[in-house]
Amino acid sequence: MLLPCPWCGPRNASEFRYVGEQTVRPDPATADPAEWRSYLYMESNPAGWVAENWLHRAGCRRYFAAERHTVTNQVRATRPPDAEAAPAQHADAAAAGRAGEHVREGRP
Amino acid sequence: MTAVSARTGMTLRLEPQPGEVIDRNRPLEFTWNGQRFPAYHGDTIVSALAACGERIFSRSFKYHRPRGLLSASFLDPGCTVQVGDEPNVRGAHRRVEPGMVVSAQNVWPSLRYDVKSVNQVVGRFLTAGFYYKTFIKPQRLWPAYERVLRRFSSGGVVAKDSAHGYYDKRYAHPDVVVAGGGPAGMAAAVAAAEAGAAVLLVEEEYELGGHLRWGDAGQLEALRELRAAVAAAPGVEVMTNSVVNGRYDGNWLGIVQRNLPHVVERLVKARAKTLVVAPGLIERPYVFEGNDLPGVMLSTGVRRLVNLHAVKPGQRAVVLSANPEGDAAIDDLARAGVEVAKVVDGRRGPTIQRATGSRGVQAVECADGTVVDCDLLVTAVGWTAPTALLNMAGDRPVYSERAARFLPSLLPDDVLVAGGIAGDGPLEQLTEHARAVGREAAGRAAETARSLCAGIPQIAERRAGPPDPEPAVALPELPVEDHPALFFSGTRGFVDFSEDVTAKDLIAAAEEGYDSIELVKRYTTVTMGPSQGKLETVNAVAVLAAATGRTIAETGTTVWRPPYAPITLGALAGRIFEPVRHSPMQPWHEAAGATPLVAGAWIRPDSYGDPAGEVRAVRSGVGIIDVTPLGKFDLRGPDVPELLNQLYVNKWSRLDVGSVRYGVMCAEDGVVLDDGVTGRLAEDRYILTATSSGAATVQEWIESWLQTERPDWRIHVTPVTTAYASINVAGPRSRELLGRLVEDVDLANEAFPYMRVRVGRIAGVDGCFMWRIGFTGELSYELHVPASHGLRVWEALLERGADLGVRPFGVEAQRILRLEKGHFIVGQDTDGLTQAYGAGLGWAVKLDKPDFAGRTELVWQSRRDDYFRLVGLQPVDGSVVPPEASQIVLGRGIAGRITSSRMSPTLGRSICLGFVAPSLTGPGTQVTVRLPDGGEVAATVMPQHAHFDPEGTRQRG
Ligand SMILES: [Zn+2]
Repeated sequence: MLLPCPWCGPRNASEFRYVGEQTVRPDPATADPAEWRSYLYMESNPAGWVAENWLHRAGCRRYFAAERHTVTNQVRATRPPDAEAAPAQHADAAAAGRAGEHVREGRP
Repeated sequence: MTAVSARTGMTLRLEPQPGEVIDRNRPLEFTWNGQRFPAYHGDTIVSALAACGERIFSRSFKYHRPRGLLSASFLDPGCTVQVGDEPNVRGAHRRVEPGMVVSAQNVWPSLRYDVKSVNQVVGRFLTAGFYYKTFIKPQRLWPAYERVLRRFSSGGVVAKDSAHGYYDKRYAHPDVVVAGGGPAGMAAAVAAAEAGAAVLLVEEEYELGGHLRWGDAGQLEALRELRAAVAAAPGVEVMTNSVVNGRYDGNWLGIVQRNLPHVVERLVKARAKTLVVAPGLIERPYVFEGNDLPGVMLSTGVRRLVNLHAVKPGQRAVVLSANPEGDAAIDDLARAGVEVAKVVDGRRGPTIQRATGSRGVQAVECADGTVVDCDLLVTAVGWTAPTALLNMAGDRPVYSERAARFLPSLLPDDVLVAGGIAGDGPLEQLTEHARAVGREAAGRAAETARSLCAGIPQIAERRAGPPDPEPAVALPELPVEDHPALFFSGTRGFVDFSEDVTAKDLIAAAEEGYDSIELVKRYTTVTMGPSQGKLETVNAVAVLAAATGRTIAETGTTVWRPPYAPITLGALAGRIFEPVRHSPMQPWHEAAGATPLVAGAWIRPDSYGDPAGEVRAVRSGVGIIDVTPLGKFDLRGPDVPELLNQLYVNKWSRLDVGSVRYGVMCAEDGVVLDDGVTGRLAEDRYILTATSSGAATVQEWIESWLQTERPDWRIHVTPVTTAYASINVAGPRSRELLGRLVEDVDLANEAFPYMRVRVGRIAGVDGCFMWRIGFTGELSYELHVPASHGLRVWEALLERGADLGVRPFGVEAQRILRLEKGHFIVGQDTDGLTQAYGAGLGWAVKLDKPDFAGRTELVWQSRRDDYFRLVGLQPVDGSVVPPEASQIVLGRGIAGRITSSRMSPTLGRSICLGFVAPSLTGPGTQVTVRLPDGGEVAATVMPQHAHFDPEGTRQRG
């Protein structure tokens, strides 16, 4: 599998560490145990598109977000963790022209 | 073994054949079961033996039936032999070499007289599901069953002192990989290369050419032209005797290359932009009674033997032919001087009933009732498409009733097919189609290359320009020709020669309710032998379909998974290529005879021969230990205190310049992740240390916070683990020793007290920092020296401290020292469930901080009382050291475990740390420790973790 790192470009999956599905850390001050443990342990694990985080461990050592299809391992977009997700229908345009925004189209 | 003189000459060797691959000018000799045999260069082991009249090459797996040549190819199930200390060699593929020592496997006492063939008589015990039914109960007899089964299994022998071969590894990034070097593969490779692609052409056999090699004069001429085109094409790399063993996501291919000098095998990891699958077709055996007798051969096997190796395959033959290739075999037999006694045309109804004979075919009984004496029965009943690589690409091939074989259905964009796997037609049509496929493969590869380049930010602008690829041209369609559906002639006969599975076994399995092909496969082990179903799968499906009253299409087929061909463990392991880390002082440690300890990637001294003596030196005088593997991070920036507060359970805001603090990190589940000290060297410069084994995890953890949760914090993190050599100087005389080497730092207790850090010059080396901490419990200084000067400082400490009795100490002594002091080690005295309070770290947890990693869980833990706790333990009998991981038992239940235990040289008794259940934590509680030998020993829970100097006066002195 090739993963398109938003900084390094497409690299072999063995260079990366899978971090997990994208989650939002609940407010520690108000989270109840069910909410916190759902954040810690629960994954939706769909057979289809999933938003997840990866670390380019043997490369630039940056964390990034990826949208991956769990059946085909196709990756359609990756971006820095703090960037907003590009609407899927605009992914192509993003890949073609907006290099400055670090949005990349991935091929499996 | 002394070989006796050659028993026979090459009595079955034919006159020179136009396509032969043997070199008659280079004769050689090798041994087979202790006897010398002649051969020519270019012979396979089995072709050389066959030329001398040998017909039996192995005994079958279960019934020990004699087996001979079938396909005369890599797949030939009866030709697996032992070569020297290498087992399971494909004797019909491996080329014979001078002096090669070859022997039969799975025979006892000899190939000719095998006592295990008694299994044939008791065959009814070895039917479908034999393993599952026979060896289930009683369980206590399993060891006996295992011994018996092992004797009867067919693997060769691996000598324990076998020389370690050199296995290689390579990464390749070709545009197009063509799997299969027959006419279609060659044509596709040439066309792709001419279209500008870098091509890797991979062929399983020793030469390119596929079936053209055993063809007629016209086909040999076509072969010459194709080979010349491959040689002339720019950018085609040819790998022969190599196989594409697996296809994974993104066309990641594992290729085993075997044709290299001085390299046993090389694993090529190729990232192909396009894969062209062109493996040709595999001839399918026919299932009938006696179909495994030596002398029953496939038409391709006969043609290989005659045309490639000039060997006469028999004297008198019956041929069952259902296709033109079978008809061509009849011509080959006639040319080789074999009397063709009868031809049965498989295109016209009933075929043959059975073959009979004891050590080989002696007669064939045809469906019309005639019985023909012969020693050779040749079958040509059809083809199997080896769709393994297509399966791995997600394709589910569909059965064509018309062609009586499976055809590709839906392929991903980066996989194409050419040759017989794609369809039928005359040679010119197949190669024309393959050329179109090659051009298309090159075009798609170029498109992929453009898309990949566009994904690389640094060059996306530069490479954005190339013109769009030419509009795709539809690939020409290949026709599919009619072929009679011939699979079996009755309910007897072997379906799987490797596993000794008969048609009756499959029918029996179906009757027992195993009606799915995937279930039948696992229950009977059909297709699970060394030929991996390439010969057997479709016959198995056909027999099961008939037994269950379904069609082959309805029955479906099993899924082929990697590896395509058996792969050696050596090829997978590759070169011994493990990176090793060691400190700049390693040469000194080696010269001093230190016992090495492998700790992750680090090699470090476990001891210098006397851990107890090293401990006593530290307690009474001074010792030095190399702690370079300690993880070290240089943190700079105004928001470092925020980060420390987030990472550690402790409070950090008020850490003064020159101070050091011990901290505990927990993960978000409250489980102890790491610990270590952090010092503030200057206003905005901190050094954070992590445990040696936890350093990599801690670095990722820090990066995770800074990149994802708190990207607004202004902090630079630089890993400096190997930038500094680290030395701990410990013992009551450490200050005295250090005073002789440190020039610009006042070491007096008042000027440089416990838990402080100073920057200075040590043994003339600038840019060092040192802090006073106490893992050993003694007065001690941890020195961090620019790495290139580490050895110099280490030697200076030993030299200048000689009169103080300074000794180096290793990791083992340090482990004893810290256990005496009751300091826990993350991962040793904690596990993946140990939250901070359970490790006795409640004193460090500051729940009044609004947030830190793991706080939420620790708040909840602080309100509970139901968790196991880490306590100091002392066996009542101080001479007993319970091994680490010994259980602590209470009644019939487990109530804890020993996490660390040693004999303390300082106290002269055994000491432990361990986890105990909440009810056992009270000081003075007696617990029962179960030893691995079943014995028990009582131990007392101590009031604190420290067994020695619990007040901590020594380290503050
Ligand atoms: Zn990267």
